[in-house]
Amino acid sequence: MTTVRPTLKLPTIPINLRQYGILAAFAVIVVLFQVLTDGRLLLPGNINNLIQQNAYVLILAVGMVIVIIAGHIDLSVGSIVAMVGAIAAIAMTQWGLPWWAAVIVALVVGAAVGAWQGFWVAFVGIPAFIVTLAGMLLFRGLTLVLLTGGTINALPDEFNAIGGGWIPPLMGTIGEGRDARDIFTVVMGIAVALGLIATQVRARRKQRRLDLVIEPALSMGIKTGIAVFVIVALTWQLSAYRGTPIILVIVALLILAFSFVLERTVFGRQVYAMGGNLFAAQMSGVRTARVNFLIFVTMGVLAGLAGVVTTARAGGAVASAGQSFELDAIAAVFIGGAAVTGGVGTVIGAVIGGLIMGVLNMGLSILSVDAAWQQTIKGLVLLLAVAFDVLSKRRGRRT
Amino acid sequence: MTSILAMRTITKDFNGVRALDSVSLEVERGQVHAICGENGAGKSTLMKVLSGVYPHGTFAGEIYFDGAPATFKTINESEAAGIVIIHQELALSPYLSIAENIFLGNEVATRGVIDWDKTNLEATKLLARVGLDEKPTTPIRELGVGKQQLVEIAKALSKRVKLLILDEPTAALNDDDSAHLLDLISSLRGQGVTSIIISHKLKEIRKTADTVTILRDGKTIETFSMSESDATESRIIKSMVGRELDNLFPPRTPTIGDELFRIENWTVHHPVDNGRVVIDNASFTVRAGEIVGFAGLMGAGRTELAMSIFGRSYGSHISGAAFKAGAPISLKTVSEAIRNGLAYATEDRKRYGLNLLGGITVNITAAALGKLARFGIVDRFAENGVADSYRRQMNIKAPSLSVPTGNLSGGNQQKVVLSKWVYSGPDVLILDEPTRGIDVGAKYEIYTIINELAAQGKAIILISSELPELLGMSDRIYAISEGRITGEISRADANQENLMHFMTAGKD
Repeated sequence: MTTVRPTLKLPTIPINLRQYGILAAFAVIVVLFQVLTDGRLLLPGNINNLIQQNAYVLILAVGMVIVIIAGHIDLSVGSIVAMVGAIAAIAMTQWGLPWWAAVIVALVVGAAVGAWQGFWVAFVGIPAFIVTLAGMLLFRGLTLVLLTGGTINALPDEFNAIGGGWIPPLMGTIGEGRDARDIFTVVMGIAVALGLIATQVRARRKQRRLDLVIEPALSMGIKTGIAVFVIVALTWQLSAYRGTPIILVIVALLILAFSFVLERTVFGRQVYAMGGNLFAAQMSGVRTARVNFLIFVTMGVLAGLAGVVTTARAGGAVASAGQSFELDAIAAVFIGGAAVTGGVGTVIGAVIGGLIMGVLNMGLSILSVDAAWQQTIKGLVLLLAVAFDVLSKRRGRRT
Repeated sequence: MTSILAMRTITKDFNGVRALDSVSLEVERGQVHAICGENGAGKSTLMKVLSGVYPHGTFAGEIYFDGAPATFKTINESEAAGIVIIHQELALSPYLSIAENIFLGNEVATRGVIDWDKTNLEATKLLARVGLDEKPTTPIRELGVGKQQLVEIAKALSKRVKLLILDEPTAALNDDDSAHLLDLISSLRGQGVTSIIISHKLKEIRKTADTVTILRDGKTIETFSMSESDATESRIIKSMVGRELDNLFPPRTPTIGDELFRIENWTVHHPVDNGRVVIDNASFTVRAGEIVGFAGLMGAGRTELAMSIFGRSYGSHISGAAFKAGAPISLKTVSEAIRNGLAYATEDRKRYGLNLLGGITVNITAAALGKLARFGIVDRFAENGVADSYRRQMNIKAPSLSVPTGNLSGGNQQKVVLSKWVYSGPDVLILDEPTRGIDVGAKYEIYTIINELAAQGKAIILISSELPELLGMSDRIYAISEGRITGEISRADANQENLMHFMTAGKD
């Protein structure tokens, strides 16, 4: 018989457990490698590299989580990265376009590729797995055609700075030589932390005014406190290296923007609704073909951006760029708690999933673990993360 | 004559709900025995008990089959004994050939190697017995539903069936295929095959069956021979519906206004089998403040009618016209239907109605998010306010508004679905089985909500399998049978018997 009582408290626990579970796992991995590497993991230079090396995964994971929440998959993003990188390089070296115009071209090409794949998925009704598997071959092939097997180097410094540069020391530095710190980075960290506190307080006030259920002040305070600590500590470390990587600003803005899109916009809601129950979404008047099309256009633009970042960091375009990037992004999304069946997932979870993979890479590299073993360990982490998800869900059902 | 099957005092409970209450069934060898009853009378449950879907020991009572006590624990055991059920949804593999399907799981093989010549030869013989003129190598997907049904029977014959059970065998067939199938069932009598047919179509029963048993509310009402002089369709109907009307409905004084919604000459074809007409030239009207019931047996086309109206969510080659307050409206897509003031709360709320992973809030606002958004951005504070007001108004019992709706009870899920459609601000609400799977207390609450919506001047279309519910709630009732509207009765004139007459009216 159906009674209300047993559902009283339990359903909220597994969800929170899953969200905090991934954060806790991230913290454990960071602490573990910090100890194993005798504190080398969190040295300013390594933090900087962690961000610059993994920016592409984070950018792709932000798009991939949308695709996966809607119940699709995208296998083509690695090839799109290579092709867009090649086109951007050709635009600068052969067409003589300035770096910023090349970036715009890259994003437009990404959007066009996304529209192409979105057309087949949304309007023709071919499963995304097939469309993007074809895209993976297609765009890799086109990259080889564009580069005719060679590579394009000697890109403008401004372009390369997108992937490997820093915001100049606008406020100067304090300290000398090895102890020099970039003041702007520290100030920015504090400003972001204060902004975070302000938005939390404002949201709380509004909730109270509208008499909505508000979460306990203690838990909200602890969460905000941890976030503020992480932001300040991160920027403090970065200020001791070469300042704020440009890519960190780009990635942070993307995370904010797409968290907002998924949680607060009609489009985001429709993505969750379609992934949760496609039939119910259709019967509620969601124009599912349109939403599917937009999802793939979005993924295409983000893959284009990842192509810019990858090419800029490498300082040139090669046909083999972006190899297996799609798998890194998919792994990040699933480690971050998305469901294989769709309907569940968050941008922040996917980003943490990507960072877990990044920290594993870096920690194992510092420990000089063989690349073969690194891959083995990453495979096991992915499996265990999803197994944890499945098991916790099963337990949730039984109770 | 001897009986091949005797089921005595079968009682089966589901989570405290009694589905079968001391049911007895006795089937004579070499006869065609029909079982009749309303939706939910217990016909399918009884057949599942017989065939081992519900294993021996999970129900009370005794079964004797072919002279011996039967204690089937699986379908395989009952098939080995010679009992085969053919379900309404056929269980054939579309890409395999007729012969492969007939011998699936029962292959003609020596040491695991299939003898194709023998397989096809045996299949040809079986096809001749069922009167199907097709090569045994023809893939199933190239056959129509009627021929597939014959393959199912050939498959049963290959298993040396003694008792063949057919669940609504002609529900998906056209007239010619139905006639052929019924002739075949009759002719199998001479080959030592006893058949049980479950059917709503009284004309078929009169034509084919030797004996009929009627179930109602999980009880055997009566069994009689069709050769008796008073074995009429009226007698069957009387036994099927003769139930007391309980006083389970909130009182209401209807205030009925002008015509608000009208459908004219609505015809819908099957989405895959385009030649089959599912809804045949249906016309009806609903007035403001009126609750109009739609009665029909399983497969009559009630849900198909509703879904085809609501943004063409079902069917193909749809023709006909829709009018709101006298003016023609277009209902080509779901969003257009919603814009034109329609709402459709689906029959299967888990499959079509709710995002079970999502919370109460996102489900309630799913059909009208536009109202809460500016420039595509949802005002979550306003949204929470909306959800909270519906939680109170509809008395949705849940620990918080973010609880996934998959964790709610059926009654609370239904209230969420109703909230969603009420919030979309419709003028015409189509409610398809709004109280299915809901306990009595929650039903009363849902009825009260429906009455309030009618009192606000909305036009309500109430589709239900429960005749007492239709009689207790509706101002007017349409009956549907085989895709046609066969009758329209006002509240004052309606009773279960005249409704059932219209609901079982076949084509002549």
